[in-house]
Amino acid sequence: MSVDLTAPGRHLAPDTRPGVLDQPLPVLADTRPEVRRQTSGFRATDVLSLGGALAAAVAVTTLLFTQVAPLSGRVGAVVTAYVLFLGLYALLVSCDESGPAVRDRLVSAVVHSTAFLLVAVLVLVVGYTTYRGAEALPHLNFFTDDLQDAGPLEPLTVGGALHGVVGTLQQIALALAVVIPLGVTCAVFLSEVPGRFARTVRTITEAMTALPSIVAGLFVYATVILYLGFDKSGFAASLALSVMMLPIVIRAGDVVLRLVPSNLREASLALGASQWRTVWHVILPTARSGLGTAIILGTARGIGETSPVLLTAGYTAAMNTNPFEGPQVSLPLLVFESVKSPQPASIARGFGTAVLLLALVLVLFVLARVIGGRGPGQPSARQRRRAVAASRRDAQRLDARTAPTPPES
Amino acid sequence: MTALLEDAPEARRDLSVRPAGADRAFTAVARGSGALVLLVMALVGLFLGFRASQALRDAGWGFLTTEEWNPEGGEFGIAAVLSGSVLIAVVGVVVAFPLALGTALYISEYAPRRLKPLLLSLVDVMAAVPSVVYGLWGLFLLQGQVAGFSRWLATWFGWFPPFGVQGVDPDDPLASITVYTSSIVIAGIVVGLMVTPIACSIMRQVFSQAPVGEREGALALGATRLGMIRSVVLPFGRGGMIGGMMLGLGRALGETIAVFLILSQVFDVKVRVLESGGSSVSSLIALRYGEATEFGTSALMAAGLALFLMTLVVNVIASSFTTRSRSGQGAEA
Repeated sequence: MSVDLTAPGRHLAPDTRPGVLDQPLPVLADTRPEVRRQTSGFRATDVLSLGGALAAAVAVTTLLFTQVAPLSGRVGAVVTAYVLFLGLYALLVSCDESGPAVRDRLVSAVVHSTAFLLVAVLVLVVGYTTYRGAEALPHLNFFTDDLQDAGPLEPLTVGGALHGVVGTLQQIALALAVVIPLGVTCAVFLSEVPGRFARTVRTITEAMTALPSIVAGLFVYATVILYLGFDKSGFAASLALSVMMLPIVIRAGDVVLRLVPSNLREASLALGASQWRTVWHVILPTARSGLGTAIILGTARGIGETSPVLLTAGYTAAMNTNPFEGPQVSLPLLVFESVKSPQPASIARGFGTAVLLLALVLVLFVLARVIGGRGPGQPSARQRRRAVAASRRDAQRLDARTAPTPPES
Repeated sequence: MTALLEDAPEARRDLSVRPAGADRAFTAVARGSGALVLLVMALVGLFLGFRASQALRDAGWGFLTTEEWNPEGGEFGIAAVLSGSVLIAVVGVVVAFPLALGTALYISEYAPRRLKPLLLSLVDVMAAVPSVVYGLWGLFLLQGQVAGFSRWLATWFGWFPPFGVQGVDPDDPLASITVYTSSIVIAGIVVGLMVTPIACSIMRQVFSQAPVGEREGALALGATRLGMIRSVVLPFGRGGMIGGMMLGLGRALGETIAVFLILSQVFDVKVRVLESGGSSVSSLIALRYGEATEFGTSALMAAGLALFLMTLVVNVIASSFTTRSRSGQGAEA
């Protein structure tokens, strides 16, 4: 703590020569009770200037838009209010702060508001979709029916999106049946069998993450459907999704596997384990949560993709439970096709389907968080409990072995 | 002891590893999966290149300069669609960069500690929201709000070429607002909001790696929080900032469904971004794949290949920025 020597009350000594004291300084501070210092960054003036600027900006904007100028529009009003707020806030802060502090406050306000804006956009996207979809969702037939009997003009009490749910689940399951084994094995290959070949594969995979999803769809459309002559089907869509998801999963898996501490790998090898046992018993369990997250996030991307499915799956209003034959619709494609119609009922169905899709993605996302919230090498609570129990058992065993022999003194 | 060492003949030890049994099988399986992935990826690339070359041989260099898209009539090129893709992506980056930078700075520097995990999850959720949902939102909600703002911009700043709009008298109060809907700007804003979380999470990661010692040094020298950010965090994270934004640019270039829903397709090279109409490579493919003949499909593949190459270049530049910067050195060990 600094002591302020120039404060009044310090120079009570009669000797006026500078720097000479003939008696000890009277200890004034001790007589007063110690006041707890305020260490938090907030002060009353901060809150006041913030609130004042906000109130003034809202007031001026209201005045401008309703009385003074011929302005209108919600977006315009918000932008005007925000600019006014920044100006007024700078003015208020500059009343009792210097230049750098004013700039600091101003940037802080801007940064806070951008973060707020981003969260607001997310809430708007999800909220608006739910709000528009709420028209279709209360009807139970929306979850149990397909659109076979429901044209765009039919009311919402007819038809549903069940065929889209079935299509999405089958297509993504088929895609995952390819992507999970191949992707994880390839990621293990990239990190465990290094060499020139692995470097080549890594470079090509990273390049392929740049492949636009519609081009992946176009590739499958041109090869499987036009060249090999198969019909548009759920299987073709799942192939397109696999081509799109494979590089994403491999790349994410590679990053996760490289985060496994190398001393674990070296310890395992030093204990005499073979490379295969090291991978199976040490590296994969250590990276399990991260690999799970990589796969689930890739799945969320795949489920939400419309463009490859648009080219390869075809569109049907009827339920098709066989992904290998005939067109099969998925949720994003159903949303896309529904909102292309100008009929309000069809648009409401599209929004309802979008809510289903969002819910599916969110469930996957929460699942990813529950499985893989931890970094590699950080055990889950259950693993930790099991390790503690095993350690306690060992301790008891050792105690039991040492107990019969009396300690020698 | 020493005698023993001296007596031993100096045989060179064999240090090479010969994997045996299960290990050999493991290596073979791993290599096989790598080869399979390489095969699939090479197949995609080669097939695209092969089919595209058929169309390219026919079109020649005119492919890069022709605006029209009429492969059956022999007149086709990517001048309009590629420039449209680039314009949409540029508008997207203009929207996304400040948003992503501000949010990343907020999460790493300003946010209360308890709020951080929640904000990180929200940003990740935003990245996982399907593009068709963003498209719906842009088409039904955002379009009406932005069109008025576009009119205001066009009225007051119309002298600046990108903000100009043709065929509208700015003094006519009854002029229809539809001139300002379905425009490149609206598609670009939606695409920008879609790529913001991607750029934001990379920037946030880099900012949070800025060395604590240097931060504390700056603060101890009396810097404000802004001063600390400007002198420590931003210089440290510059590579990550540029890299993350370029990765977002790569995603923005290839975005299909949101653009397809919002934009009304016109095959002209456009600079007037506020005006209705525009085009992009991916929405061209989505629009024309169904009616295309075999040659038409080849032409679409050529357009797709051009888009892929451009995205590839952007991604390579992005990763070189990320790894060459001070902050990226630990990431790619």
